[in-house]
Order: sequence, then structure tokens, then C-alpha cells
Amino acid sequence: MPQIHVASRKGLFTLDPEDDEGRITSHVFTGDPVTAVLHDPRDGSLYAALNLGHFGVKLHRSDDGGANWQEIAAPAHEEEKDKPPPDPMSGDWPPKKEGPSVEMIWTLVPGGTDQPGTIWAGTIPGGLFVSRDKGESWALNESLWNQPSRPHWFGGGYDSAGIHSVLVDPRNSARIVIGVSCAGAWISEDGGASWESGTGMRNAYMPPDKAYEPVAQDPHRLAQCLDAPEIVWCQHHNGIFRSTDGARTFTEIEAEAPSLFGFAVAAHPHDPETAWFIPAVKDEFRYAVDARMAAMRTSDGGQSFEVFTQGLPQQNCFDLVYRQALDVDGAGERLVMGSTTGNLWLGEAGGTSWRQVQAYLPPIYQVAFAPED
Amino acid sequence: MARITFTGHLRRHLDCPDMDAPGATVGEVLTAVFTANPQIRSYVLDDQGRVRKHVNLFVNGAPVTDRDFLSDPVAEGDEIYVLQALSGG
Repeated sequence: MPQIHVASRKGLFTLDPEDDEGRITSHVFTGDPVTAVLHDPRDGSLYAALNLGHFGVKLHRSDDGGANWQEIAAPAHEEEKDKPPPDPMSGDWPPKKEGPSVEMIWTLVPGGTDQPGTIWAGTIPGGLFVSRDKGESWALNESLWNQPSRPHWFGGGYDSAGIHSVLVDPRNSARIVIGVSCAGAWISEDGGASWESGTGMRNAYMPPDKAYEPVAQDPHRLAQCLDAPEIVWCQHHNGIFRSTDGARTFTEIEAEAPSLFGFAVAAHPHDPETAWFIPAVKDEFRYAVDARMAAMRTSDGGQSFEVFTQGLPQQNCFDLVYRQALDVDGAGERLVMGSTTGNLWLGEAGGTSWRQVQAYLPPIYQVAFAPED
Repeated sequence: MARITFTGHLRRHLDCPDMDAPGATVGEVLTAVFTANPQIRSYVLDDQGRVRKHVNLFVNGAPVTDRDFLSDPVAEGDEIYVLQALSGG
């Protein structure tokens, strides 16, 4: 079984899930928030995005499986230099600059298999960056950044909008879908040169005439079926949605469930009808429904959900699984999820049975199976 | 030349010993520092060249007033400290 990477509030952990004690085989960046991890299946490189708080966003890469790390360039906005020099005698002292600065790398995603070295980075505030050289340099996707609707994008939990999901079509690397909290889903058919909004998502907390506004949507996470990437699942603030046309249009899922609110979604890599979600109490409460941890799965395209609790705590559980903190392996058989309370659970047999692997980790931002050999 | 000293917390991430650097403003001194050690820049300044929100710069014990354009004057022999307000959780 591949190892599991856990990006947490206090560093990057790697665990061996076969070990009954969930042995931690590596802990690096100890004490520092690691907001995203990528283990690139194309060349084995490991990337870790840090948010040092005082000292900003940093990016590190390991070319030897995590034994040694080097700091590489982090995505950054160009400095705006069109303002006149400040005048201490003016009434506007101290002078202010308005330009953006990257506050967090929210997701790191490899480009296609035909694009070695290409990495996409979704960031707060709402910038999509691409590197063509394994993170040695980065370029802002200007087309997305300069969308006329951008003044209407807004933060969902953070001060500014952020890109948390980047889906690269395995059949066509130029087809990219992103998820933005809050600006909905966006699709590019030309490698990011141009973008269009997905439609069909509904935000009940908006004024009625704005409920279906594409850029008013708060998709918490998007996931695609790798064998059928036209199938895109969305765990949205307002519910669960599914697209069968590559995120161009979404249909709301209204099947009975403990809750249709949550943050994470994992799509089965081969079966377009199957996806997993972790239900939570909405809106601002955000913990396991009835304080009982559960995972739920649809195997019929969202017509119904099965709820699995075996091996998960069924009392006094106030855990929340963040957007990137649920992952499924390449077979669609084994899952892993990590919580804000530092619990890490492994789901076997399609997520029908779970076992606790760790109980005292820091708050978990992302979990990821290492690529399989 | 001004004398510039970095918080020990920054030294956990970078090799940044005390150094002397020329310049008539905080920005000019920092530019000289970053020329000698480019990696420090993104730890002290954000993408726009502003002092990071939780980093503080002092010149001879007084906090700099212009944190965006770094135009506070610096004289020969001044001492510049790069500090940060610690937080966590």
C-alpha cells in the first residue's frame, strides 16, 4: 500500500498505513503550517507549500523522496510600480500600496503526463499560477486574474477568494477545471488562455435572484473521475452537485443524507457513478453530524447515499474534514481522511469500514496517497 | 553604512547574519541586503515590496512609518532591526 502524506498545522507527516501502529516514517517542517503537499506521480518529486505566517508563503521540493528538501520559488504576484514616490509632506502619510500578495498556496496539482515539470498552484487571493520547470519559476494566469467578474469574487472563510481545486483532464492536458471559494467553477479548454464559468450550482444564502449566479457560488471542493473526467463532483457550501459535461453545467443532488453540507469529496477513479463525502453540520458549526463521525458514498450517480460508520467514533466527535483532507487510492478501494482534531482514519473496502491510524496529529489540511509503483 | 540585524526566528529558516549595508532610506538599505542575499527578501517583504504584516522594522529603536514604500531615512551608522510579532496556535 502506498504511503500517506499528511499536511498539517505543524508540519508534513508521512505514514506507513500497513503498520498497525500507524508508524510515522517522516516528519519535516516540524511546527510550520504545511498548506499543501504534492507527490508528483510523473517523476516522484515531492512539493510542500508552507505558510509561515510572519514570513509568508514558501515552497519546498524534494527530489529524493523526502530525504532532503530545498526551498524553491513560490508563486508571487508581480510588484506594481506605477505609483509616484511617497511625499512625507502630503496628508496621505503613510502611503499605501494596493497590489496583491499571495497569502496561501491552497492546492498543488501536476500538469498532464505530456507536460513534465508543469505544476499548477491554486492560491489565496484567487490567483492561479503555473510553473513549467518544477517550481523553479511561476507565472500568474493573467486571463483568469483579469476576469471582468473578479470584483464580485469574495472570500469563503478567508478574507479573499481562493482556488482550492484544479482538475487537469487526463485525456487532454489543455482542459482545466478549477474551483473557487467563492467564484464558482471555471473551465478552460485551451490550457488557461481563456475561461468560462460553470453553471447550475445554487447558493441558498444569496438573494433569490442571485442564487444561481455562477460567480456567487461556493464550491468547497471539486473532484473528477479520472476514467471519465466529464464527471465532476462538487461538495458545495449549499449541497452536493454533479456535472456530466466537465463542469459546464451542474445538477443538484437531493438524495437523503445525514447532511449535504461538508467540505471534502473524493471521486472514484474508475466508476463515474461513485463518490465519497464527509457530512458535517452546516453552516458555521462544522462538526460531525450528531457528533458521530460518518463517511457517505453514492454508487448510483447521486440518486442515493450509503452511510458508513464502522470504525469511526460515534459519540463526542467534533471533527471536521477539510477540503483536501480526503483521498482515494488508484483502485478506488482504500480511502484516507484527516480531521481538524488531528484524527487520521483509513477506510477499507470502498470506505465501508474504517480504522483510526493516528489520534493526536495537529489539525490536518490535506491527506494524499503517495503514487503507486 | 547602516547595521542591519535580523530576528533569531528568521535564522531558523535562513542564513542571515548581521551585516552592514549602504543606503539613504530603509528601502535602499534593504535593496543592498537583498542583493547580497536574495532569499531574505520574500521573508521580510510581501509580493508588492511592503513589509510583511507581522514583521516590524526599527531604525535606532523607532518603528518605520512607511511600511509600503520604505522611504524612512537612514543615516550613517544607524541600526536597523528586523523583528516579528510572534503568534501561533
